[in-house]
Amino acid sequence: MESPLLARATVLLAVLAGSPVHAREPVEPRRSEIVRMVRHDCGSCHGLTLQGGLGPALTPAALAGRPLDSLVSTILLGRPGTAMPGWARFLDESEARWVVTRLAEGFPREVAQGERAR
Amino acid sequence: MSRLLPVFGAAWLLSMTIGCAATPANSPLRGTGDLGIVIERASGSVQVVDTTRRTRLASIAGLGDLSHASAVYSRDGRYAYVFGRDGGLSKVDLLAGRIAHRIVQGGNSIGGAISQDGRLVVAQNYEPGGIKAFDADTLELLADIPSTYGTEGKRSKVVGLADLPGNRFAYALFDAGEIWVVDLADPRKPGITRFKDIGLQPYDGLVTPDGRYYLAGLFGEDGVAMIDLWRPELGTRRILDGYGRGEEKLPVYKMPHLRGWAVAGRNAYLPAIGRHEVLVVDTDTWQEVRRIAVKGQPVFVMARPDGRQVWVNFAFPDNSWVQVIDTLSGSISTSLEPGKAVLHLEFTPRGENVWISSRDDHRVAIYDTASFALLGQLPADSPSGIFFAARAARIGF
Repeated sequence: MESPLLARATVLLAVLAGSPVHAREPVEPRRSEIVRMVRHDCGSCHGLTLQGGLGPALTPAALAGRPLDSLVSTILLGRPGTAMPGWARFLDESEARWVVTRLAEGFPREVAQGERAR
Repeated sequence: MSRLLPVFGAAWLLSMTIGCAATPANSPLRGTGDLGIVIERASGSVQVVDTTRRTRLASIAGLGDLSHASAVYSRDGRYAYVFGRDGGLSKVDLLAGRIAHRIVQGGNSIGGAISQDGRLVVAQNYEPGGIKAFDADTLELLADIPSTYGTEGKRSKVVGLADLPGNRFAYALFDAGEIWVVDLADPRKPGITRFKDIGLQPYDGLVTPDGRYYLAGLFGEDGVAMIDLWRPELGTRRILDGYGRGEEKLPVYKMPHLRGWAVAGRNAYLPAIGRHEVLVVDTDTWQEVRRIAVKGQPVFVMARPDGRQVWVNFAFPDNSWVQVIDTLSGSISTSLEPGKAVLHLEFTPRGENVWISSRDDHRVAIYDTASFALLGQLPADSPSGIFFAARAARIGF
């Protein structure tokens, strides 16, 4: 088992190493999984529409001017002293970077159940 | 005969009209004691369900953003007041299967409560922070109480709103670390009692089923703030203090929820924060009795109405599981996997069945609580909260 500290350091290094802003689009079905996770699991604090809840809004307006790298590391490592946990167990660095990039542009809507073949 | 036909025709037409308007099931008269609603969070709709026949009676759209939604019931059990994330407050008529009235009362809302006498519906808001009280019939605004704290006029997010006997309400201020008790006997002249420095980041609260104790769970430190509402002059008291024993917390991917369902017999069963445990506290002595290891971060820890079992669901990523605690032995009776992303559960009024929503499998699963047999499943679009009308008669619901 990796120690949490070591895991954090590894992630931090990965974040720093990946600093050229380059967010590769995840391929399906992973892309839809991430969209659903952001909308619903991040959404349990930030709201399904990402307008904020117990956690702050994640809309393009709310994120305007925020450095992408620091947002990526917030997703992966969390923010100590707040309710924001780190998600490095569930998203790798390039996925987190893609999420941040898409949040800043307006996050994709989920394909609603009615639009899916049932 | 020819003279009677128009009369019959008119009577038939009239009965059809009334029949269609009155109930979705086309049965002319019925109670609501075995009815409820299921929130469909992604589509902003609710289903009206019948827990006796285990069927859907109606689907009602147009309730706005229900990504975090909760509901309370009118004291006659006919109307559900649904509080949506976007500040929407919708009064849903279960019998007619339609929205009777709807307002948008805030910017970002988290839930609400109804007064002991059923005349006031109160919403708790994140943005703008505070509570608002409305006439339960007309949804006319009667009181607006901002959760202002500190010296700079900041407003806190409000959590843990609970109705108390005497048309009073208790709630906690997440950002301020305070509990407020508001007397709305005359809603135009609210009486506010503030309890300060109750602890860091209260995340939710509950009132015990007898209306005596208000508990606010703390996120920012290990412990629970408690007020004896029969003796408010004693102030707040810390219970379960330091339950984490200084160990590093596990990440919490979803905030737990507290309500009066936590109490089973003389014990309260509370989710630990950042520990995969349910904490059991004696409500006479307020001492910890035991702690029960569970699969993940508990979100809802709910006693079956008779208190013989406590059912637990979990935060992401353990949210496909539900575990059942045997309250006599304190051990896990069974672990179930009702579906992907279990968000909520609700017992039928006397506890013989439990309904469990599975967001990602788009269904509600119904279990027998004695045999744990799966009795049936109902399709629903990203279902979250399940609220049965029997809540109408319970303090703290």
